[in-house]
Amino acid sequence: MGWLRRNLVVIVGVLVMVYILIPNLVVTVFSFNKPGGRYNYQWNSFSLDAWLNPCASAGMCDALGLSLWVAVVAAGVATVIGTMAAFALGRYRFRGRAATNLLVFFPMATPEVVMGSSLLTLFVAMGIPSGQVTILIAHILFTLSFVITTVKARVASLDPSLEQAAADLYATPAQAFWRVTFPLVAPGIGAGALLAFALSFDDYIVTNFNAGATTVTFPMFVWGASQRGAPVQVNVIGTVMFFGALAIVGLGQTVGSRMRLGSRRKETV
Amino acid sequence: MAALTQATVGAAPVGPPRRRGGLVPLILLAPALVWLVVFFILPTISLASQSLQTGDIDNGYTLTWNFATYVDALSRYWPQFLRSIIYAASATLGTLLLGYPLAWFIAHRSGRHKTTLLVLVVAPFFTNFLIRTLAWQIILTDGGPVAGFFRATGLTTVLQAVGLTDNDSLLYSQFAVICGLVYNFLPFMVLPLYTSLERLDTRLLDAAGDLYANGWNTFWKVIWPLSLPGVVSGTLLTFIPAAGDYINSKLLGNTQTVMIGQIIDSQFLRVLDYPIAAALSFILMAAIITLVAVYVRAAGTEELV
Amino acid sequence: MAARLKASGDLRLVRLTRHFDDFVAVAGIDLEVPSGSFFALLGPSGCGKTTTLRMVAGLEEPTSGQIFLGTEDITATRAYQRKVNTVFQSYALFPHLSVLDNVGFGLRQLKVADWKAKSMEALELVKLADRARQRPRQLSGGMQQRVALARAIVNRPDVLLLDEPLGALDLKLRREMQIELKRIQSEVGITFIHVTHDQEEAMTMADTVAVMNAGHLEQVGAPADLYDHPATTFVANFLGQSNLLPLELTGADGAVATGTSHGVSLTVDATQLPTDRSAGIQLGIRPEKLRLLADADGRAANRLQGTVTDASFTGVATTYLVAMPWGQELTVTQPNDGSDRARPGDPVTLGWDPHQAFVVPEAG
Repeated sequence: MGWLRRNLVVIVGVLVMVYILIPNLVVTVFSFNKPGGRYNYQWNSFSLDAWLNPCASAGMCDALGLSLWVAVVAAGVATVIGTMAAFALGRYRFRGRAATNLLVFFPMATPEVVMGSSLLTLFVAMGIPSGQVTILIAHILFTLSFVITTVKARVASLDPSLEQAAADLYATPAQAFWRVTFPLVAPGIGAGALLAFALSFDDYIVTNFNAGATTVTFPMFVWGASQRGAPVQVNVIGTVMFFGALAIVGLGQTVGSRMRLGSRRKETV
Repeated sequence: MAALTQATVGAAPVGPPRRRGGLVPLILLAPALVWLVVFFILPTISLASQSLQTGDIDNGYTLTWNFATYVDALSRYWPQFLRSIIYAASATLGTLLLGYPLAWFIAHRSGRHKTTLLVLVVAPFFTNFLIRTLAWQIILTDGGPVAGFFRATGLTTVLQAVGLTDNDSLLYSQFAVICGLVYNFLPFMVLPLYTSLERLDTRLLDAAGDLYANGWNTFWKVIWPLSLPGVVSGTLLTFIPAAGDYINSKLLGNTQTVMIGQIIDSQFLRVLDYPIAAALSFILMAAIITLVAVYVRAAGTEELV
Repeated sequence: MAARLKASGDLRLVRLTRHFDDFVAVAGIDLEVPSGSFFALLGPSGCGKTTTLRMVAGLEEPTSGQIFLGTEDITATRAYQRKVNTVFQSYALFPHLSVLDNVGFGLRQLKVADWKAKSMEALELVKLADRARQRPRQLSGGMQQRVALARAIVNRPDVLLLDEPLGALDLKLRREMQIELKRIQSEVGITFIHVTHDQEEAMTMADTVAVMNAGHLEQVGAPADLYDHPATTFVANFLGQSNLLPLELTGADGAVATGTSHGVSLTVDATQLPTDRSAGIQLGIRPEKLRLLADADGRAANRLQGTVTDASFTGVATTYLVAMPWGQELTVTQPNDGSDRARPGDPVTLGWDPHQAFVVPEAG
C-alpha cells in the first residue's frame, strides 16, 4: 500500500504516456496491414505493399511535396521576419511596444476557424484567388507569432553586458552581433523555425479555408481520403515522420554528447 | 553617518537603461508588423464588415449594418456554441488531470530518462494530427480490445448513465470527441506544466512536509500555487484551440456532437452564406477573448503576453 | 586596427559629466590617473563611480567633458576603438566559447597572429592554464573572475578597468584575490582603475584612492593621507570611523590654534585648518587616537569629561562609547596594553594629541 502511494504518480505518468503514444503505435502497425475492404480499420494480413509503393495512392505524394514546400517557405519567411521583430521587441524601448506585443499575442489566441475564415473574407473582398499564395500568406501569419515569442524570450534573457564585453574587446557592433549575440540566440531561432515548420506542415483548418478547389496539401489529402477510406500509404508517411523526428533528435543527442566527451578527453591530454 | 545616508538617498536609477534605438527597432519590426496588420487586423475588420452585409455570393454583398444576422446566428446555433464551450472546458480539465501527474513524473521522477520522455511527448506532433485522430477510430472501434474492456468492466454502462455515450459502443459519441480533444491538446498542457514544475525545488516539499506533515496540504499550499503560471498558460493553450476545433467532433462524433467550428466551416465553404458564417466566427472570437480575459484576471497572471 | 589604438600614458578626465534625464550621475569631475598606478575609485553605491568607469571604457557617452589618454582625446571614440579593457562586475564571460576562446577574443579582433600562445600565457598568469578547454559555466566563481581578468590583461591595454570585480566572491576568496590582483598588477605594470564601495579593499590595494560622493570627487590621495587628513566630513566618515565635534576658533598662535567646542576649550594643529571656513569647521578625532586618561594625568592638551555607556572587548582592543555632557557619544578604541579598563557608568576623561586630530569644513 505504501509502495503504491509513493509510486502512484509514476504509474499514472506512465499510463498517460501510453495514452499519448498509442495512436502512433496504431498508425505504425496499420501501415503493415493489407486491408480487407476500402477501410483500413481492421487488421487483415501483414503486407509491405504500402511501404514498397508509397506513392501508389493517387495524388498523395504531390500533396506531400506541396506541404513540405509550403512548410519550408513559410517557416523560412516567418523565421526571418519574426527574428527581426523579436530583436526589436526584446531589446529596444520604443513607443507602441506594449501594443505590438499584444498584436503578436492575438493570432495565437484566435481559434483556427476564425483566422481561416477572416482571411477568406479578406481574400474574397480583395478578389485574390485562393491557391498556393494564399496558403503561404496564411501559414506565415499563424507561425509568425510563435517564432516571435520563442526568439524574443531568448533575446530578452541575454545578459546585455556580454555585448558590452565584446565591444570592450575591440569588436565593432556588427562583429559583436555575429560573434556573440547571434550564436547565443541561435538555439531560440532554431526552435522557432522547427515549431513554425511543424505547425505549417500539420495545419488543416486554416489551409482548408484558403486553398481553393484545386490546391491540395497533405493534411487536406488525408481529410479527403478519410471520407472514403484512407489509403495505407498515409500510415506509412505518418510512421516515417514520427520515427524520423525521433531519429533526428536521437542523432543530435549522440553527436552532442560525443562532442562533449571529445572535448573532455582533450582536456586530460 | 548623516553624510552616508545623504549619499545613499540620491542613488542612481537601477540598471543600465534599455537602449532607445531611434529608427532601428522600427525597421526591424516593419515586415512583421505589416504582415500582422494586413493579414490579421484587416481580415478581422473584413470579417466584422462581412457579418453586417446582405446579399449573396453571385450578386455580391453590400454593407447594410444588418445586425439581425447576429440574432439569427445565435438563435439558430446557440446549442453548438454552448456545446463547444462545454467540450473545450471538459477537455481542458481532462488534460490538466492527466497532464499534471505526467509533468510531475517527467520533472522529478524520471531520472536520466527525462529528455527521452520530453521528446516522446513532442514527437507525435510530427505525425499529422488527422492521421493520429483517425487512429482513434481504430482504437475505439466496436470489436476492438478497448471497447471489450469497457464492456467487461461495466464502464460502458457508467458512460451511458452520465450521457457521454448513447449505447454500448464508444466510437461516435461525446465520450470519443472529448477523448480525442484531450489527446490532441495534452502536449500543450504538459510542456508548460513541466517548465513550471521543473523549477520547483523539491527541498521545498521536505520543508512543507516538516510544517504540514500532510501530502494533500503540501500539494494545495505549496506545489499548486507555484505551478500556477504553467497551469494558466497550459489551460489557455488547450482551451482556445479546442473551442474552435471541429476535427475531433467530425471524425469521432455524431450529428449530436456538432461543434461551432463545423457550422462555420460548412456555412463558409458549402452553404456559402458568408454573413451568417462571419457573424458566427466573430461571436466565437468575442466569446473566447472575454472568457480568457476574465480567466487571466481571476488567476492573477497577466505576464503571458 | 592596431594603428588606431595608439597613445599610452596618463588617463585624464576633464570636467566629465553624465546626466540620466534629470539625474546627475557624474557632475563634472577632473581627475588624473598616472600611467602604471593602481588607482581605486571609492564611494557608496549610486555615487557615480561605475558611470565614470563606463565612460572611460566607452560604454557610456559623457554628457559633456573630455577624456584623454596620454595626449590623445578619446572622448568621441567607441568602446572597440579604445585601448582600455574592463573586468565586468558579472564577469560577462561568453558562455558559448571555451575559456581559451574567451581570453583570445580581443587578440583575434586585433588580428594578433599568436593569439593562442599569448592567451595561454595570460591563463598561466592567473593559474588557469589547465582549464583552457572548459566552458565558463564549468568553473567556480573565483575561477570565472580570473578568466575575466586574463581576458582583459592579455590585450595589454593602457588602462584596465575593474568594476567591483570581487563583489560576488566570499570573504576568504576576496582576500586571496586582492593579493593576487596586486601581484598581477605589479607584474604587468598596466594602469588599474578599481571601482569599489569597500573602503578596506580600496585602502589595502591601491596606491591612490579617489573618494566619490553624489557625482563629485571628494578627495584624491594616498590611503594613509586620506585616513589621517580627510578633507571633508564625508571622507572622514566613509573611510573608517570619526568623532566629529563642532569647533569655534578663538585664536591662533603660530603652529597652534585654539577654539571651543560646547564650551570646552581645545587646541588644534593650525596647519590643518581648511582654507574655506565660511560654513564653520569641525574637529575630527579617530577612535584609536582618543585615550582614557587617569584623572591625575594633567599633561594632555585636550581633555573632555564623560561617562562610559558601553564597553565591548574585542581582544586586541576595547571599544568604549562615552557620553558627553551635551549628549553626543564618542567612540574610543583603547589597545589592551595593560592600562586600566573602564566599566559602563564610570566617569572618565578623554584626551588626545592635537597633531593626531584633523579639522574639516562643516558639511554644507
